[in-house]
Amino acid sequence: MADKPIVGEKRAFMTGNEAVTWAALAAGAHIMYGYPITPQNEIMHYWTRMAPKYDRGFLQTEDELSAGFTCIGGVLAGKRAFTGTAGPGTILMQEPLSMAEMMRIPMVTVICQRGGPSTATVIYSQQETRLTCFGGNGEGYRLVYSTAGQQDLFDYTIKAFNVAWKYRFPTFILSDGYQSKMREPLTIYDPEERGIKMVETEPLLGGTGIPGVDRDPRHLRNTYNMEDELYQVVMDMDQEYKRIAPEVVEYKAMETEDAELVLVAHGIVSRATEGAVRVLREQGYRVGHFRPITLRPFPGEALKEAVAKARRVLVVESSMGQLAGMVKEELYDLSVPVTGYFRPGEGITAEEVVEQVRGR
Amino acid sequence: MATLPQPPMPVVWRSETKPHKFCPGCGHPLVLKALGESIEELGIQDKTVFGCDIGCSLLAWDFFNLDTVQAHHGRVTPVIVGLHRANPRLVGIAYMGDGGGYAIGSQHLVNAATRNEKIMVLLVNNTLYAMTGGQMAPTTLPKQKTETSPYGREPETTGKPTLGPEMIRAIAPDSAYVARGTVSRLPQLKRFIKKGLENVVSGKGFAFIEALSLCPTNWRTNAEETWKFLEQDMHGYFPVGELAPEKGEE
Ligand SMILES: Cc1ncc(C[n+]2csc(CCOP(=O)(O)OP(=O)(O)O)c2C)c(N)n1
Ligand code: SF4
Repeated sequence: MADKPIVGEKRAFMTGNEAVTWAALAAGAHIMYGYPITPQNEIMHYWTRMAPKYDRGFLQTEDELSAGFTCIGGVLAGKRAFTGTAGPGTILMQEPLSMAEMMRIPMVTVICQRGGPSTATVIYSQQETRLTCFGGNGEGYRLVYSTAGQQDLFDYTIKAFNVAWKYRFPTFILSDGYQSKMREPLTIYDPEERGIKMVETEPLLGGTGIPGVDRDPRHLRNTYNMEDELYQVVMDMDQEYKRIAPEVVEYKAMETEDAELVLVAHGIVSRATEGAVRVLREQGYRVGHFRPITLRPFPGEALKEAVAKARRVLVVESSMGQLAGMVKEELYDLSVPVTGYFRPGEGITAEEVVEQVRGR
Repeated sequence: MATLPQPPMPVVWRSETKPHKFCPGCGHPLVLKALGESIEELGIQDKTVFGCDIGCSLLAWDFFNLDTVQAHHGRVTPVIVGLHRANPRLVGIAYMGDGGGYAIGSQHLVNAATRNEKIMVLLVNNTLYAMTGGQMAPTTLPKQKTETSPYGREPETTGKPTLGPEMIRAIAPDSAYVARGTVSRLPQLKRFIKKGLENVVSGKGFAFIEALSLCPTNWRTNAEETWKFLEQDMHGYFPVGELAPEKGEE
């Protein structure tokens, strides 16, 4: 058996799906469960090639319901378990994810967004943002990292396993078809050598000792009889989510101090909007940029600060306003107008954004 | 208060959560008792994980001195599959109703069987959806009245009752253990369950056991009618016994 998947650190040139796989290996993920769907497939392809060399497990399931529920089973057994999906698969995955939310299951899910609604395109989109954050019949107690390229995918996949097991909320890498398929240079590394200690996992079921003799049995459920009982469960979860939120939120603000216009974008689109800000600044426009890295919890306070002096906010995204909705909710009590440049299911370039700003 | 002498119960029987939550006269507790005794006799309490579905099976969520997870409707199979794949030392049991196994979760059951997952599925057949108030299930008998077949099940339009073990036998590898027992022959049901558990503990293969059971609440039957429905109508349609690849036990 090979020793460590990555020794020290290395420069690499790889696709996002490859980066996710290397990160999961380096993070010590024990097992992946998955069902084929484009553009997620290659995570499984790379994983199944490398997993046996490092004694890791894989199960190809009968559908995404099963991929999600088997993944929950893997976590219950105490393993760093993960899955990945896209589009219609993300819809099916909501059922297991709602159970994971209720039972605080630290499963990691990689969402490779493709066009929607329905089967749509297999290429690219940001239309699974709301579903990833708030899918299911609950309140969205999930931790969601929206990545903007291969380095992010590597860094945040490692991080996802740690925050999931530290805070015990289902955790997501929100990627997309562009990130999945394009190649970029990045540095891959062994987390330990970077001083990143992987959070220990533990069996939630089937631990040592005879239940009822050496210890109490563990009885995990998601069904409650009384309204008050459920209310308490949800309120406790809410309190815990709010308590950890300040530790979890991440964002990137750029040139916002004096900005009259603040562009807001997440994921790969932020690469275009950041580029646009650089161009526009050179041309004398007082433009800033805000990128939420965590969409759940949302960095609302930081966003408010970033737009404090702005006369306008422009949300740019490859959906019809899924991020804009979150932004508006955060900025509700401010008077700054929130506008949008929305291209559902389509890529956005820096040039386009520059034109949008200058055209107004 | 004086308590009456209690019949011997398996050690896995969690007395803190008794009396149990099932209706009087329900078949579930009989199946669970047979399961509990089997686990005890095999000495696997320390490594068994019990999973229950949605349906009346969920009422067993705190029934045993066993680590337990209660899953979604039809989804206990993949939860236990995933658990066992991640830690093959564990003995995984997926406990469900006929609606859970043969309707909403049928794709999981079929695929777990074809993959020969080393878990045991124990499915309680009471011919209807009990927890939701007695609707027609895949196992409802021809002419049987339920809330959604108020004039009796019409096979022409709703199909014939699912023969689960026969289906699983047809698709599972020979090393899988498949049987249909009944709560009216508990020692035999227990023997089947034990053999099923042995099949997964030894790593031989999948185990699937259907238990014909009682639901007097939704059948709206008195004690005598309840047993008559099980032993005449259900036994008449669903053959009881092991389903060996070549030859059956009886
Ligand atoms: C996805 C989903 N659909 C429907 C239900 C509603 N539901 C709860 S219990 C049940 C019936 C269970 O019947 P069965 O599996 O036969 O078990 P029984 O109650 O008869 O033991 C249904 C349909 C649900 N909980 N989840
Ligand atoms: S409704 Fe039927 S199956 Fe459910 S507990 Fe009552 S008797 Fe048992």
